[in-house]
Order: sequence, then structure tokens, then C-alpha cells
Amino acid sequence: MSHENKFKQQVRRLYHKLIIAFGLIGIAVFAFIYVALNPSILHNKPEETEIIAIPQVEGKIENGIHMETGFVDEEGLAEVIQNCTNCHSAKLVTQNRMTKEGWIATIRWMQETQNLWDLGNQEEAIVNYLAINYAPQKKGRREVLTNVEWYSLKD
Amino acid sequence: MKRRSFISKGALGTFSTILGAEIVFGHEVPLGYTPLALQDPDPFKLFKKDSDMTVLNTKPWNIEAKAHLLDDKITPNKFMFIRNNGLIPENIDVNNWSLTIDGESVKKPKTYSLSELKTKFQQYTYQLTLECGGNGRSEFNPPAKGNQWTIGAVSCANWTGVRLKDVLEDVGLKSDAVYIGYHAADIHLSRNPEKEPISRGVPIAKAQQDETLLAFQMNGEDIPLAHGYPLRLVSGGWPASTSGKWVNGISVRNKEHDGAKMTGTSYRVPCEPVAPGEKVADEDMCIIESMPVKSLITYPKSGAMIKEGQSLNIRGHAWAGELEVSKMEYSVDFGSTWNNCTIEKPVNRLAWQHFSAKISDFPKKGYYEVWARATDSQGNGQPMLLPGWNPKGYLNNACHRIAIKVI
Repeated sequence: MSHENKFKQQVRRLYHKLIIAFGLIGIAVFAFIYVALNPSILHNKPEETEIIAIPQVEGKIENGIHMETGFVDEEGLAEVIQNCTNCHSAKLVTQNRMTKEGWIATIRWMQETQNLWDLGNQEEAIVNYLAINYAPQKKGRREVLTNVEWYSLKD
Repeated sequence: MKRRSFISKGALGTFSTILGAEIVFGHEVPLGYTPLALQDPDPFKLFKKDSDMTVLNTKPWNIEAKAHLLDDKITPNKFMFIRNNGLIPENIDVNNWSLTIDGESVKKPKTYSLSELKTKFQQYTYQLTLECGGNGRSEFNPPAKGNQWTIGAVSCANWTGVRLKDVLEDVGLKSDAVYIGYHAADIHLSRNPEKEPISRGVPIAKAQQDETLLAFQMNGEDIPLAHGYPLRLVSGGWPASTSGKWVNGISVRNKEHDGAKMTGTSYRVPCEPVAPGEKVADEDMCIIESMPVKSLITYPKSGAMIKEGQSLNIRGHAWAGELEVSKMEYSVDFGSTWNNCTIEKPVNRLAWQHFSAKISDFPKKGYYEVWARATDSQGNGQPMLLPGWNPKGYLNNACHRIAIKVI
């Protein structure tokens, strides 16, 4: 009897050890396959951009200009940065001058053809910001030459 | 470590936390978007451009030259403007690059590898003027939206490749072919793979000109990445947007090509002239074909001060789309009087022409402007004022001028 019990206990212990061993192998295989399929989890990938982002977007303002984007620091800046610098750079905005109507038309064109999302209740702030800070200036039919850097030209 | 958990929420989540405002539709922004403010590569190093070039836009890349930078007879890469509509293709595999010719008007679609193109067809080199349709847009009033090019979105480099017409002949066209449209490997700004950033083209007659090339070299070297490596369609004298970069497909169409930026208001002007600021319906806009006559004074740089009695040598280039420049003049009195410049013949059709003059008629000390005016072989000269206003600000070929002081 005791012999039989002892034997049974040994078998059971062996059985448990085997289960643990196979379990560990199973986990290892699973982990290996997962890493093989998703090699990126071994790298802390989002770091590159985000580390830079934190100081930059809080951003320096110098002479009323948000230095990272070149946008004028006025009401609506945050909304404009969030929605208008995802696809294209801020420069595409700051080099343009449009009326309120023109900016709205541009937003509609981007929504219809360029996959811009619905701006929801931020649209008003964005449009106002653009129409006030990037309004057209009268240029006439030919402007005076400006920013001429004078230098001596020898023969 | 805090940083890392911060990050794991995703760029936009963090972004809104930082800004203290909510991104209402943030969840709809596709993954992979990085707000542009966070990227700042050095374009001059990246594209080997001269540091005096002007960056108009970083995403997509749009960079232009200044007049005095374009003094070379053959534009080197460092002074060549970049006008991109989408993102530059990533991971270009030149060994597996292919060009597929398809469309309603091919007898049977056919695909060529890059090496097949290079070996199967005779190669030609032409110097070709490429000017952005929107070059000069910044001067329009009321302003037109888009990149605010001043004068530097023009180049004239040597392009080497095979004639598109030879390839089309090898494929075999049906008699109803009227237009070709290119397809390319660049990526739409929204990163939506279904969308092409730009897919323009030209009528079949332009496609079959000798000078219309499928080019793989610029100035004797592989085309620089930003200019279309490894394969570019080059159709000189027409808006440079017809010269598709990173080309991997040409569709031969039995109707006007209707790819991205062929329709609507893109690269179109009102079929009938309109008053400045007037609204124009899409159906009243017509496609720009040949670019108009134009010129640039590339020497000296604006702002030269000379001594009284000193003469001033000027030089530059002039071009006229499909045509030739037949006359080149300058004025130092705002157009009251004009004097002839010497104008060279183009090295080949569609190449710009070089002009020069020696000015020794400044009457007295003071401020002057030297204005240059080219006239094409059909008698069309450049206007001194802005030409016809159009909603998208194309085709500004007004005279170029530089400021001079006689002291």
C-alpha cells in the first residue's frame, strides 16, 4: 500500500513538473512568436518625437510669435496648431493671406479633397484666428521693391 | 518613466494635455500623424540645397531659389526649386522599380523595369525649362492661396532619359488616345494610400514630342531624391506639375486625364478673363498648357551700388514655354525707353536662353531699377504690371526688376 502510494506520489510530482516545464516552453514559444511578429515592442518607439514635443509645443513666444511654428501668438493659436499642422507645415498657413470667407473655403476644400476632419466647435476659433491674423493686404498691381540689401559692385 | 506612460497614451492625447485644450476629433486623426511642429530636419543638408534658398513649406517640401542664385546656364541641384504636393516616397527599391503603361487607349498594358527602359530604348539628353505654374503667385492681389512663390520656382537642367513616344510606340496605342496621365510613388499628406497627391498629364501630342522624356538622370547623375529619383516624366515648357516625379505608371487616356490636380481649379485659369477677386465656377476654368514668356536678371544681385560713370553688365535667362524668345530688352527708366540685350539661341528646343547687356546710360546719380522684358516668337511680350488675375494665382510673367544705385 505504502509502496503504491509512494509510487503514485512520485508519478504525480513528475506529472506536475512536466506540466510546469511544458507550460514554460509554451510561454517562451508564444513570447518568441509575438516578438517576431511585433519587433517594435523591443524599442521604446514613440520617444523620438514626443520628447522633443513637450518643450516645443509649450513653446517659446518671442515678439508675439510662437517660435516653433511661426504662428502669431493670439487667441486660437492652440486650436490652429492642433488642427492645421498635422498634414502640412505651419508655413503653408503663415505665408497665405485670406479673408474669413477665403479661409472657410480653404478649410472646406481640405475637408472635401484632402481628408481634413470636421473641426467641430473649434472651427470658429480657427477661422477667426486666421481671418484676423492672416488677412489680405492691399498690394496693388506691382509692389515697391523692399528689403534691398545694398552692396558696392566693382567694375 | 513618467514620460513613457505619457507617451503611451498617444501623441495627440499628450498633445492636448500639454496645450491644455481638448482635441475634439482627435480620435479620428489617423495614427502616424505627427504634428509638424515636432519635426525640423535641415532641408539644406537633406536635399543638398544652397543655404540661401528660401523654404516656403516643410510638409510638403517647397523650396525656391532667388534670382541671383539662378545665374548658372545649367541649373545645378543646389539651386533647383522643389515643389512637392505629397510626401517623398519612402524606401525606394530601385532594383524592383517598374513603369506600367496602361489606360483605355493602350492595346495591352505593359510593364517595364528600370533597366529595360534604359537598355531597350535610345537615350537622349535635353536641357529643359521647368517652371512651376504658380511661380510669381505672391504678387497677386487679391492674394491667391497656395505656396507664395516669388520668382525662384524655375530651373533649366539637363535631363537624360528615353523618349516617352518611343515607349508608347512599343506598347502600342489605340487611335482614340488623347491624353496621358502619370502615376507616382509619392504619399498623400493624409497618408491615405487610396489618394494620389498629384496625377497630372499632357495631351498626347505633347507626350509624343521628342523632348518629352522618361528621365533617370539630371545633370549627368541619378536624379536627386527630391526631384523624382529614380524616374521622372519631364515635359519642358509646361507647368512643372506635368513633369511627374517618382513615376511608376502612365495611363494613356481616351479623354482628358482626370487624376488628382487635373480637375477643379488646380493648374487652371479662367477660360475667359475675369476681374480681380471674381468668383469663377469650376467648369469655366481651363487647363494651363504652355507657360508664357518670361525672363530673370540673374546678375547682378539686386541692390548693387555703382559709381557714377561706371557701366553695369547685366545677364540672365529668358524662356517662352513651347516657343522661343526672339527679343530681349532692358529699361532703366520704368519702361519709358527700352534697349536691346543680346539674346542667345536655346541649346535645344524648350531650353532657356541667355541674355546680356552692358548698361552705360544711367543719366545721373540716384536710385534706378533695371527692368527686363522678353518677347516670344509670336510677338507676346512680358507685361510690366501683373497679368490677368486668376483665382489660384498662376502664370505671373510680369517683368523682373532689380534695384540699382548710382553713387
